[in-house]
Amino acid sequence: MKAILEGSHAIAEAVRLAKPEVISAYPITPQTHIVERLAEMVANGELESEYICVESEFSALSAALGASCAGSRVYSATSSQGLLFMAEVCFNVAGMRQPIVMSIANRAVSAPLSIWNDQQDSIALRDAGWIQLYAEDVQESFDLHLLAYRACEDHRVLLPAFVCFDGFIISHTYEPVDIPEEKEVQAYLPPYNPLNKLDADDPLSMGMYATPDYYMEFRYEMDRAMDRSLAVLKEAGKEFKKIFGRDYSELIESYKLEDAEVAIVALGSICGTIKDAVDEMRAEGKKVGLLKIRALRPFPAEDIKKALSGIKKVGIFEKNISIGSRMKGAVGYEVKDAINDSSVQVLSYVAGLGGRDIRIRDIKKITEEIEKGKGDCFYGIREELI
Amino acid sequence: MRDEWFRADRLPHIYCAGCGNGTIVNCVLEAVSMTGWDRKNTVFLSGIGCSSRAPGYILTDSLHTTHGRAIAFATGVKMADPSLHVVVFTGDGDLAAIGGNHFIHACRRNIDLTVVCMNNHIYGMTGGQGSPTTPLGKTSTTTPYGASETPFDLVDLAVAAGANYVARWTSFHVKQLTEAVLNGLNTPGFSLIEVRCQCPTSYGRRNKYREPVDYITHLKAHAILKDKWESMEKSGQDMPADSFPVGEFVRRARPVMGVPDEA
Repeated sequence: MKAILEGSHAIAEAVRLAKPEVISAYPITPQTHIVERLAEMVANGELESEYICVESEFSALSAALGASCAGSRVYSATSSQGLLFMAEVCFNVAGMRQPIVMSIANRAVSAPLSIWNDQQDSIALRDAGWIQLYAEDVQESFDLHLLAYRACEDHRVLLPAFVCFDGFIISHTYEPVDIPEEKEVQAYLPPYNPLNKLDADDPLSMGMYATPDYYMEFRYEMDRAMDRSLAVLKEAGKEFKKIFGRDYSELIESYKLEDAEVAIVALGSICGTIKDAVDEMRAEGKKVGLLKIRALRPFPAEDIKKALSGIKKVGIFEKNISIGSRMKGAVGYEVKDAINDSSVQVLSYVAGLGGRDIRIRDIKKITEEIEKGKGDCFYGIREELI
Repeated sequence: MRDEWFRADRLPHIYCAGCGNGTIVNCVLEAVSMTGWDRKNTVFLSGIGCSSRAPGYILTDSLHTTHGRAIAFATGVKMADPSLHVVVFTGDGDLAAIGGNHFIHACRRNIDLTVVCMNNHIYGMTGGQGSPTTPLGKTSTTTPYGASETPFDLVDLAVAAGANYVARWTSFHVKQLTEAVLNGLNTPGFSLIEVRCQCPTSYGRRNKYREPVDYITHLKAHAILKDKWESMEKSGQDMPADSFPVGEFVRRARPVMGVPDEA
């Protein structure tokens, strides 16, 4: 069924179809519409789930973790400060290997206070052991939730996932969305079958002390599971295509890269603008293309290397800042490492922080900078304010 | 006098038409101007939410902190320099949900802060989700058929946890509220002034008080003076629906923290 839905409400539909048994969330802009809609669905009997109105994000993810350990499929959603407040529990969820799926409506972090979009929040938790998927539009945001549950709950993975989408730009935008039939979703996503769960008949302790003799092996296993998730996510993407028709069999997406001399690399909704900018620049005779990264964790380094092979100038569009780092943006390092070729120029551009709008003309200017070989800098600083 | 404390250049404020928060800021500034305090020696803090925009309209040093943490930040400010006068603006969600732990521990320590809680029974800024003070049966976006969890009584909480001064009024009772804030400011130790206030946009709209005047009339009609409330309770009367006691609940001199040593 096609419907025109606000991004948040589309995501709520995806969650309804995934049938989590426990939902636990706290209001925060710009995520709130998702859980408001879910609260309504639960109250109306459209979704059989326990909805917990917790007292903070810390409690939201803690309750979700408890429910997951007890063997339930669970869901939560947050943004920005809410995610940072959850940080301690995020590491716990991954360490206890619970496949929780959480929506992140990406938003800048305080201080100063900003409710507007960038991707600092999820990127700050890059090393927490969560799969991180980034969506370009409302449909992809919808789809990645179903895909994430399937991949995370796979016993080869058993790690949690953030499904990230840009706050307001996606969460508050209405777009046509294809909502699949419940039967199709059931075929794609069977009920959660936990490998380990709390069970009074067969008692299990999770999160106990690991002495120096044991701790490292837990982290090692998490890292191996994340490595395995590369293939599992792709499998889940292929299966998704078979049932729903949309292709997520790769964790990257190449746009007009075949003969490109310059590549722009980006995550999230800005990829839509970049595609339009690429079209315009192509019409002007510039050989430019886009590499969209759908998964920041696991990082599809081999695929990125292959997709960018032969391209000598690569610019990474960063909606985050790793303060004090040489390249400025956090993603650039990983792309540079994936390419691992000193004859290729790889540069980062920090732009669009705190909701500053990025237009086609900005993408074109950044492309000129890539061509000139000038980068690892902020783009669009208002010099009069400095 | 009051106007000296006000950042008029920050107008227009962000509060919705008919919101009660402006009235409360007005009463607090009136009380502060009656203390004779120096603006340069007074700090306002807040967390996150509609209430927490208030310090931005006040011409003193201020900290707009993270959600729920204003009291923890204020504890730091006060301990760094106990000669400062420290006032916190907060809301029911900020104070009693995400910041509940800081609230009870500040009462326990009885640190010398004055906390003004704008209680509109809802998360207003995010569009009206149920909070820990949403009364049973009242609707919000996360309780579309009525809240089913028992709410906190903020006054009882502060009294039980050890605060030296605790009062409750409404945005209708501007004179009593101003006096209560002044008492709070002048009482050493932790002071809580809970103000039940109208939120026509989010709470009122879903609970039959869409018009600010109807909402304030409702607050006025359901606020029962503490002495009368207690005598009604003693006589075993049924309390009218939606009613609540107002007045001064505690003024005491438990040991305090953060008060400068006598010279």
